[in-house]
Formats: sequence, structure tokens, C-alpha cells
Amino acid sequence: MTQPPIAAEPRGWWRRLSDLFYLRPRFLLLLLLLPPLLWMGIIYLGSLFNLLLYSFYSINDFTGQVEYNFTLSTLKSLFTSPANTDIVTRTVLMALAVTAACGLLAFPIAFYMAFYTRANARTVWYMLVLLPLWSSYLVRVYAGRLILAQEGVVSWLLAQLHLSWLLDVILATPVLGGPSLSSSYFGMFLVFTYIWLPYMILPLLASLERVPKSLIQASADLGAKPGQTFRKIIWPLAIPGVAAGSIFTFSLTLGDYIIPQVVGQPGFFIGQMVYVQQGTAGNIPLAAAFSLVPIVVITLYLLLVRRLGAFNAL
Amino acid sequence: MQTAVQLNNLSCVFGSVRAVDGVSLEIGTGEFFSMLGPSGSGKTTCLRLIGGFEVPTGGYIVLFGQDAAKLPPYARDVNTVFQDYALFPHMNVLDNVAYALMVRGVARSERYRRAGEMLELVKLAGLEKRRPAQLSGGQRQRVALARALINRPKLLLLDEPLGALDLKLREEMQIELKALQRSLGITFVYVTHDQSEALSMSDRVAVFNYGKIEQLDTPKGLYEYPRTEFVARFVGSANVLEGRLISQGVGQFALRPERVRITVGSEPKANHLVGRLLDVHYLGSQTRYEVEVEGARVTALTTSDATALPIGSTVTLSWDAASLRRLEDTTNSPRQKASV
Repeated sequence: MTQPPIAAEPRGWWRRLSDLFYLRPRFLLLLLLLPPLLWMGIIYLGSLFNLLLYSFYSINDFTGQVEYNFTLSTLKSLFTSPANTDIVTRTVLMALAVTAACGLLAFPIAFYMAFYTRANARTVWYMLVLLPLWSSYLVRVYAGRLILAQEGVVSWLLAQLHLSWLLDVILATPVLGGPSLSSSYFGMFLVFTYIWLPYMILPLLASLERVPKSLIQASADLGAKPGQTFRKIIWPLAIPGVAAGSIFTFSLTLGDYIIPQVVGQPGFFIGQMVYVQQGTAGNIPLAAAFSLVPIVVITLYLLLVRRLGAFNAL
Repeated sequence: MQTAVQLNNLSCVFGSVRAVDGVSLEIGTGEFFSMLGPSGSGKTTCLRLIGGFEVPTGGYIVLFGQDAAKLPPYARDVNTVFQDYALFPHMNVLDNVAYALMVRGVARSERYRRAGEMLELVKLAGLEKRRPAQLSGGQRQRVALARALINRPKLLLLDEPLGALDLKLREEMQIELKALQRSLGITFVYVTHDQSEALSMSDRVAVFNYGKIEQLDTPKGLYEYPRTEFVARFVGSANVLEGRLISQGVGQFALRPERVRITVGSEPKANHLVGRLLDVHYLGSQTRYEVEVEGARVTALTTSDATALPIGSTVTLSWDAASLRRLEDTTNSPRQKASV
């Protein structure tokens, strides 16, 4: 004998909303994703495409007004005008040098943190790596200039160590040098490297932390000497982190417009050019064309890295 | 028989923990030797000392007559199957297996040929191009085995290699491992916390507790003649009774549950206890009875039959005097703080 089921108790609207979310998970997902999608889609990507669109316009040299006619002349000027190509080459070379230096400095630190520190010590190391990011970027840049100045700490220290000749050699080098470290490209390179270093260490650490220690032991167990273990096991597994970190340091350097103003020689960098062209000069098409350069360079870099098989281990 | 491994008063201290505390043993070539114990008993550390992944704080390790305590892992003629398999995730199965040959500079065609042979040996032919992530647990286990065996080491260390597999697969692999060990004639040192695994595969077993060896014996010796309460309880299960035996004196005795007979009612016999039946667990081929005797619990394990004893009834437990095993009075105490 079966009894008819007892009717479920009536439920309040709050309960019913919970039921709705539970039974229709996609609806909840839509509700959760809508605000960020609107933000990313309209405000961010929309503005970006609008900006890129401007790089196909040009400015009337006579009136200083933007002419809304489709043209490649602005983009072309990036490659034809020697002043513009100078800016692009200078910025890309600096970004490459800074990325390489950050990688070289960050690898031992991340390696040590991932494999040789215990939980507590690693927390301290995380703090030390992140500590610079707690203070203002501007403060750090100006501090860098003071440290590298003619009467700054670095030149004083080198003098105490009787190494002033080394500083003189660097400053006398044609492109790198200048009247003092703080007004040379080498000094700018040092400040860039210092400022972006945490952005290289953290992704590198994240990828190395995911490498189980047992892989290193297994490699040694199978007869690989430490150098072979590094080349065959650790390095391939670290490449995704190196790629991620280098994208940070590379693109941050490409886009920065403060450091080249505060430290180094007067030559313009891409970021400064964008800043000046869209501001005082009012040449938004040229600014847009310049801001296209980092996007293209980074895309090419990513394709290259993928081609080399860097993401196979992901 | 030549000695493959000789440990002499070996110790390994981590901070205040004596992980391995004065272990001495000898393992012959071609032997299947197991180290059995609960987690934290020092068995894995002992294996890692033999493999060279830990440095001993005292004592000697002699491998095939050579002092090995200071040799790095890559300089030992020993290979290891790791608990988590430690397969290289960025290499396919073939490259994983061929790794040991690659680092020795063996030509590509030669090392792939030999890796292919190894894969055939562990029945994985056809999966050469897969990545470890694309394999099942059992397949990964076989890759790890093939990778460790490709150099034909004289000694293979296995650190709970079957721990992550389900029961059915584990039993299959036990049989295969044993057959492989016999056909290759390699010395196996096998770490496990699973007593049935250790008993079924090994020539000899060392039972570890608190960094020390409690008993080193053949599987049969361990089960039939446990020397301490710990061994009696850890290897199989045991009732530990206290009392006086005319032939063996006063002390603790181990009594295997399957050596206990259970009958309804209380009929006095020699070697018996009367108690109240607390619980009955029907296990299929066997039935386990939990009986309360004067506040203590005694377990009996019998072959199942159709009769059912009612819970709460009075029962008599009896056994042959020859089934009792006198235990030594001392069991290893918890590890002491290392004196500095």
C-alpha cells in the first residue's frame, strides 16, 4: 500500500532563491560573471580597440586636428622616421637587457626558496621579495636615482673599495655611460632591474614550487649528475615560470614612462612618447601607434616561446 | 651468498627525532627483503639512506663490499622506485624509461631500443608516446619500474610502490613483482606498511618500530613466533594474554585469533576462558567473534558455517597450549630526544 507523498512545506522567497541557484547553476554563473565581463569587454577591451583604431588615423600637421580617414601613414612613420625607430629600438633593447638581468638574478633566489627553505623561512623570504612593493613606486625610483647619483652611495662604496676606476670605465663606455650612473643608460638599467625583479621571482617560484623534490632525487638516482638534472629536469619545468616572469618584466619595461624621465640619458622611450603625444602634443594617432608596439612585440615573443616548446610542460 | 647490503649500527637523526636508531642488518644478493612498520617507524628513512638521499649521522652502509655512506645517489649501483613514482612530467614514457641511458650518453637508437625492451617486460608496449599524466596509476607504476630497471641495477629499492593502487591491482602487481625479481635475480629492498604484502612477497622481513628493528625473520617466523607484543599485533592480529604457563613461566603470551575455538555455554577444559559474546562480524569465508572476558576483549576467527551464535550469550574460548607464544617483556619505547 503506497501513501500519497506529503506536500513539501511552503518555502520563503530567500529559500526559493537558493533553490533557484542550486537547480540552475548556469544562471548563478552568469550572474557572477556578468559584472567582470562587462568591465573587461566594454571598458577595457573597448577602450583598447578604440585606441588601436586611432593608430589608423592621422593628424593634420597644419591644424593639429585628428583626421578621421583610414590611413597607414601614422603606423608607417614608426618605421620611417629615424627618431621613432630610435625610440622603438632603444626601448626594446632596454626591455631585453632588463629581462635577462632579472632572470639571472631571480633564478637562484627562486631556486633557493623552492628547494631549500622550510615553510617558516619561506614566508620570511616571500616578505623580503614583496617588501619593496609595499612602498611607492615613485619613492623607489627616486631612491634609485639618489643611490646612483654622483655623490651617491654606490660611487662612495666603490671609492672605499678602490674600485672607482671600474665606475669610470662603465661611465666612459659609449652608449651605456654618461656623466654619472644616475644619468646613464646603465643606471637606468639598474633601476629597471631593481624595480621589476619581484615580478620575475614570483612566477618563477610558482613554477619551481610545483616541481616535486622526488623528481630531482629520481634524476640523481638514475645516474644524472647535478648539472644534468638541472638541464634535463629543473630547467624544462621552470620555463613556464621564466616565460611568465619575462613577459612581466619585458612588458613593464616597454610601457614604463617614469623611470626614463627620472634616471638616465634624455633619449625618449615608448612610454614617454605615448605620454607626450597623447597629452601636450595632442597627437593621439601617433600615441596609439606607439602603444601598438609593445602589444605586437609581446605577441611575437609569446609565439616564439610557444614555438620553442616552453609550454609543453604545462 | 654474497652480501648486497650491510648496515652497521646505522643512525639518522633529524633535529630531535631519531628516525633511524642503530639499525644493523645484512641483505644477501638476490634476496627479496622487506622493511615493514607503521608510518614514522624509520623504514622509509632507512631505504633513503641506502639510496643515498639522506646522509647518515652514524654507522656504516656497505653496498656490495664498498663503503657507500658518503656516495651521492648517482654514484651508487642502486635504483629506486619512488612512492609517488616521480615520473618526469615533461617527457613521454619512452624518454622517461630511457633517462638513465641518456644521462650516460648512450646513443639515441640504442637507448630507445633498450627502453622498448623494458616496456615490453613490464607489458606497456604501445604506450611509448604517452605522457605520464595520460596514464593510469598502475601504468605509471610500471613505467617507474621499467625506468629503475633499465640499467640492470644490482639492487632495487622500492618505497611503498603499490600504496596508491587499488586492492585488485595491488594483488596482481605483487605477483608480477615477485616473478620479475626471481627472473632478473636482482636484490629487492621493499618498504611497506602492509603486513600481508610483506609476508606474501618477501624472503625475509625486518619489522621497524621507533627507528629500531623489532624483529628480523622469515615471514613464517614472524607470524608464528613473534617476539614482542608490537610484532604480534602488527603482523597479523593477536590476542595478548597475561598469565602463567607451566612450561614457559609467567608473562605475556600472544594467541592468534584463528587458533581460538569458540563453543556455546561454559564447559571447563584445559586452556580456556569463559566470556560473553559482544559482537559477530561475518566476513564471508571467515567469521570474527569479539568476546568479553573479565573486562578484556578476546578475538576469535573461525571458518564460517551456517550456525549463528546469538550476541550476549555465554561462550567458551579454548586453544591448544602449543598455540601460545611467550612475548619478550620489553617493546621499544617511544623515541627519545637526541642528546646533543
